[in-house]
Amino acid sequence: MKTDIIQLFENPYLALGVSIAVIMAYLSVNAIMLIWLERKLSARIQRRIGPQRGPFGLMQQIFDMGKLLSKELLTPKHANKLLYVIAPILVFAPVVALSSLFPITSTYIFHDFNIAIVLILAISGINVIGIFLAGWGSNNKYALLGAVRSVAQNISYEIPLILSVIPIVMITRTMSLYDITLAQETYPFILVQPIALIIFIISATAETNRAPFDIPEAESELVAGFHTEYSGMRFGLFFFAEYSNMIFACALATVLFLGGWHGPFLPDAVWFFIKVYALIVLMMWFRWTFPRLRFDQLMKFAWVVLVPLSLINLLITTLVLKIV
Amino acid sequence: MNRFEVEQDPKSRDTYYLNMGPQHPSTHGVMRIKLHLDGERIISAEPIIGYGHRAHEKMAENRDYIQFLPNPSRVDYLGGMIYNIGYCQAVERAMNIEVPERAEYIRIICNELNRISSHLLWLGTFLMDLGAFTPFLYAFDDREKILDILDRITGSRLTYCYARFGGVILDIDDVFLDNVSNFCTYFVERLKEYEKLVIGNVIFRERTIGVGIFAPDLAQKYAITGPCLRAMGHVHDVRKDEPYGIYDRFDFDVPTQTEGDCFARTLVRVEEMRQSIRIIEQAVSDMPDGLFLAARVPKRIRPPEGDYYFCVESPRGSFGMYIASDGSDIPFRLKLRTPSFSHISAMPAVMAGTMLADAVAILGSIDIVVPEIDR
Repeated sequence: MKTDIIQLFENPYLALGVSIAVIMAYLSVNAIMLIWLERKLSARIQRRIGPQRGPFGLMQQIFDMGKLLSKELLTPKHANKLLYVIAPILVFAPVVALSSLFPITSTYIFHDFNIAIVLILAISGINVIGIFLAGWGSNNKYALLGAVRSVAQNISYEIPLILSVIPIVMITRTMSLYDITLAQETYPFILVQPIALIIFIISATAETNRAPFDIPEAESELVAGFHTEYSGMRFGLFFFAEYSNMIFACALATVLFLGGWHGPFLPDAVWFFIKVYALIVLMMWFRWTFPRLRFDQLMKFAWVVLVPLSLINLLITTLVLKIV
Repeated sequence: MNRFEVEQDPKSRDTYYLNMGPQHPSTHGVMRIKLHLDGERIISAEPIIGYGHRAHEKMAENRDYIQFLPNPSRVDYLGGMIYNIGYCQAVERAMNIEVPERAEYIRIICNELNRISSHLLWLGTFLMDLGAFTPFLYAFDDREKILDILDRITGSRLTYCYARFGGVILDIDDVFLDNVSNFCTYFVERLKEYEKLVIGNVIFRERTIGVGIFAPDLAQKYAITGPCLRAMGHVHDVRKDEPYGIYDRFDFDVPTQTEGDCFARTLVRVEEMRQSIRIIEQAVSDMPDGLFLAARVPKRIRPPEGDYYFCVESPRGSFGMYIASDGSDIPFRLKLRTPSFSHISAMPAVMAGTMLADAVAILGSIDIVVPEIDR
């Protein structure tokens, strides 16, 4: 039987504080570890060794964090101070808010919300605003171009993303992530919705601005895109947000398609994280293998390939559900 | 020709200027391209050069021919060997200095190894401009092998000063020849891998096919040479057309494509690497014994009064040297004709009407070396 962790506390504010502290701690450690993983993995792909400080190069990330924390927070002249400062927070905040919704084990969950999917799809859209504010507030043409690209890309890819989630909701007739996971006890939905999973992964890669869809920060064209002017921990927050968004997207894919915590022998939470990190490795593999698409090709891919494909998938799902 | 109609009156729309450079990851050096943009679309592009000007031509007027020897390899640091040898050949032709057989063969091997290393660096950086990071390190790894081989005989890795008037400064040994032939067998296999990894990639094809087409009249207008010209369908290679050194003894093809886009330039360069391997293999198997530096080279290098022009095929195109000699130790004028300068001059015509990301791809595909533009 499941237990809401939040309901274990009598004081709701205390519950909120504890939840946020746990999630923040996890996301920070996770981001640091993912940066390490990405560096090591890309090194393997590129026949390099990768970072070498400390055991397995683990200390490299700690030193990097120290560097980022100790760096001066520069604000460019003529930048819009308010927008410039809140942008990195807006990018990072949605992930923190939404991480509480994921059912990691079958017994404990931060909070089971009956329309979790709507909440996730709505609030995860906020980080686009953060990226746009970063680009607009920096008073830099490269940043602005990156921001404009980012908005266009995120809005375009949100549609196939949502369309690939709907079949799951139709099959399970629930929007609670806990109930969706429960429905996959016998088999994960990857077996019935493989196309939806592929569309979801592609869209999620685009939503998190990862290569080959990293045109908002395309370094060879836009230097660093929307975060060109950011330094120190403000840049660090963008960096954290990227990896947190990755784990968020992969966790959502795990819950929706890979059966969440279900799996033989090992404990629930272990299975959940194995699936999540396997997907993350896949996303990293994409990044270090493919060249970057051009902006118009990217949009074309979303509107001409992904949206019709997900609509067809939705149609087939509807028909099958009606007949069966 | 351009994929988009360019607005006749740029003021009729909200447009803006973007300075790509002088410090920018994709200009491969200190160069600025002033882009007039309408959103992502380029209305006009204007290359602004001169940030890395080092007055090599003026330096040549202030020192004698021998003292200028280290300079050519600094003009184009990627094709340093070819420039260095080319300069020696230019002076040798002016003075009618005989070069021993063995030296000629050594020069051919070094030239072609240098060409491959330059093309490898181009392949890596071009793909990095397109957003693929991994092939960059693969190409650098292979390039490193060439640098090691050349380092062993010349003592330097990038800015070589190996050739002398009448030959080369140091002899090669059997280890060098073994290294070279081992590299050839290894690299032929690697090239297949590159073709699979790069040319077969869907995104790569999307990004390069039909992008940055050099219009047929551009070739004559801007004196396009080298792989860029061959990608337009012209069979032109200085090594074949007016063979210098002993290039006429070797059996190799001049690869051409007809489209003139970024993809054609890639195919031409990859095939050129294969042809270079063919030349090297022939040179290694025919390597004669003998002197590596002519015994009777005049102590004082004084080309007879007159004008001399000599041209070699560099990895980027034809590199010409125009020596105006007044009969003294010091050149009256030494004009360097560098291919990158011609190619960058053609950029406004090629870039207009493309997207911002295409500009980066085009700039990467023509393989510019900024010190060569500025000289």
